[in-house]
Amino acid sequence: MELKLSSEEAAFRDEVRAFIAENYPAEMRVPNPETDLSKEQMLLWHRVLHKKGWIAPLWPKEYGGPGWSITRRFIFEQETSRAGTLPPLAFSVTMVGPVIYTFGNDEQKQKFLPRILSGEDWWCQGYSEPGSGSDLASVRTKAVRDGDHYVVNGHKTWTTLAQHADWIFCLVRTDPSAKPQAGISFLLIDMKSPGVTVRPIITIDGSHEVNDVFLEDVRVPAENLIGEENKGWTYAKFLLGNERTSMAGIGRSTRYLERLKRIVRTEVGEDDPTFGEFIKEIARVELDLLALEATELRIVAQMSRGIDPGPAASLFKIRGTEIFQRITDLTHQAIGNYGLAIREHPVSANRFMPGPEYGHTATEKYLNSRKLSIYGGSNEIQRNIIAKAVLGL
Amino acid sequence: MDIQLTEEQELLRSSIQRFLREQYDFDERRKIVATDEGWSRKHWSAFAELGLCAAPFQESSGGLGGGSLATMIVMQEFGRSLVVEPYFETVVLAGGLIEDAGSPEQREVFLPNIMDGSAIWTLAWAEGRSRYDFDNVTTTARRQGDNFVLSGTKSAVIGAPWADKLIVSARTSGGPRDRAGVSLFVVDRHSANLHLQSFKTVDGRRAAELTLMDVQVPNSQLLGTEGEGVAALEACRDRAIAALCAEAVGAMSVLNSATLEYSKARKQFGVALGTFQVLQHRMVDMFIALEESISLTQHLSLSLAAREPNGSKLASGAKSKVGYAARFVAEQAVQLHGGMGMSDELNVGHYFKRINSINIQFGDPAYHLMRYAQQS
Repeated sequence: MELKLSSEEAAFRDEVRAFIAENYPAEMRVPNPETDLSKEQMLLWHRVLHKKGWIAPLWPKEYGGPGWSITRRFIFEQETSRAGTLPPLAFSVTMVGPVIYTFGNDEQKQKFLPRILSGEDWWCQGYSEPGSGSDLASVRTKAVRDGDHYVVNGHKTWTTLAQHADWIFCLVRTDPSAKPQAGISFLLIDMKSPGVTVRPIITIDGSHEVNDVFLEDVRVPAENLIGEENKGWTYAKFLLGNERTSMAGIGRSTRYLERLKRIVRTEVGEDDPTFGEFIKEIARVELDLLALEATELRIVAQMSRGIDPGPAASLFKIRGTEIFQRITDLTHQAIGNYGLAIREHPVSANRFMPGPEYGHTATEKYLNSRKLSIYGGSNEIQRNIIAKAVLGL
Repeated sequence: MDIQLTEEQELLRSSIQRFLREQYDFDERRKIVATDEGWSRKHWSAFAELGLCAAPFQESSGGLGGGSLATMIVMQEFGRSLVVEPYFETVVLAGGLIEDAGSPEQREVFLPNIMDGSAIWTLAWAEGRSRYDFDNVTTTARRQGDNFVLSGTKSAVIGAPWADKLIVSARTSGGPRDRAGVSLFVVDRHSANLHLQSFKTVDGRRAAELTLMDVQVPNSQLLGTEGEGVAALEACRDRAIAALCAEAVGAMSVLNSATLEYSKARKQFGVALGTFQVLQHRMVDMFIALEESISLTQHLSLSLAAREPNGSKLASGAKSKVGYAARFVAEQAVQLHGGMGMSDELNVGHYFKRINSINIQFGDPAYHLMRYAQQS
């Protein structure tokens, strides 16, 4: 399915397509790019995009964005995800960057933005805490002003790729007596500061993506506060809005669906009692995906006409994650007995993994993708958002 | 991708909306359905005067050139008001077939009466054992001099008791399940030896079982190429599905707003129903089901308008996905209205029943899911 493109837009699409084909690093084509790449490998494509000036489609031109229209941004997103490229560092480019250029002061902009674009600084997100779940306003990490510094004590968790991070952006409580949302500030903390400890959390798929981050008497210069003290909730919500865009994940789901079809064709014979079920379920998920894609194109068309998409991002998050989870589930079922095996981490080519290569990541992907309906505001929270914002309940 | 209506299309939509709001509310519809005939010629004439019957046809045929998008606009509004008059049968099915497969002479003879609202038509393709397959035809048509002679039975022909003309599929050659050898004929409803057994459908329409016992049809009434009726019917089905999806979208949108409104007004245990999270999330899923159905319906209508090659596969996909979505919305609308949802007095159950019928017409969601899968 395609947007109706003008000839200029179609030329742009071809340019993006050709650029990816020529420049996407071969080293990054591994069985599971999300878990199998070193920090240096993960940054390869980021650096290529930076050099090209395409690293931050969302950013205004004055801060280093390419100055694209909504349609061009969508084309770029569509082409890069269809081609299966690893997105640039999301916590840096999509999340903290826009907060800094929107709410930060000039010094902060000059200090941080170029290093975000170049990939010199790797950012992680210090939002969740033990016990906070989707209720982010329950932040307990404390920051107490001491002269030119804040002294921070607390415990952040589920921090994605903190093991690679140079900086962490944190929600901290600066006014314990205020209402939950009112006493929160947005603080940037250098991960090399004394008192910062990172401890891995191994997830059910065996991978190390997320971490606990302990903050013990960490001294943070007051100049690292974004915006005003106790206004952090506003900035946090702004950021979450960015996080949920492009969560439909059409490109990724399309690739995994094609792969699922190939696996089923090889693995499941027509005399297999489950054959009919696979055919039916694959058709269903393909239609779910088609309907979501048609919805995404409809919303993009509305946005380019200046219509506010409202909480469309919540709809994309719900359906996009449900669809991808279903595909990983069916893929895991399709490899049959080999679904018992799972790769060991850290991944090594020398370790024996049974069965055909296309099935090697099926188990871990099924397990890992359970996270999708939980993070970024659980799908239940997204339904609450639509109920409130659209239905007026 | 989002259909931004042209000024002309906006005008078409608002004029239908105004007419239906003023003259086709739920009470009026109930009265129409309860009459002996079961439909209203007065309202039908008004539709024709509004230009609805001419809207989708090409300008070269004397139509307004609105194509599949005009059909979508009309059917969506008809879905919102549960219109029972045979627009779908006359304009979308028969009119579409004549324009698509008919000879220039046939177009010239038949289309003007459809466009000015003076003739009611319908399509008789189904038989007792055919289920949803166009090639499963046992009714026969054999040549006899200047005539074809048709014999057999046709089933569940919606609008047949109202129709002046019928398009009937019959086998001119080949075996019972052969794709080749099915032909289409224009048959006068008052022909000798054509018998109707009429019945009421679950959604307030009238239909009939047809028995043809050596019905004489002049050769000139063969529609399209002899033996190639299945292909013509398949193209007709693609257009029919787009129209039915639009009608379903209209019905779903009414059910969603009625349910939402009810959940805000109805108090239980001292609070509004809509404060319960389990019901909020259900209504969010109904909202998503509608949004996705709108998107897919628009996508299909645009694809048919552009005559894109995968239109038929897409039609099956939409019929399945929108069908399941509509059934979900309809069942939940009844559920969330509680006992009132079961009552004949409330409009909700009538939308529920129309959606159920839409899902059966031209193949149910499971049938089209598997047809879609076979084409993948």
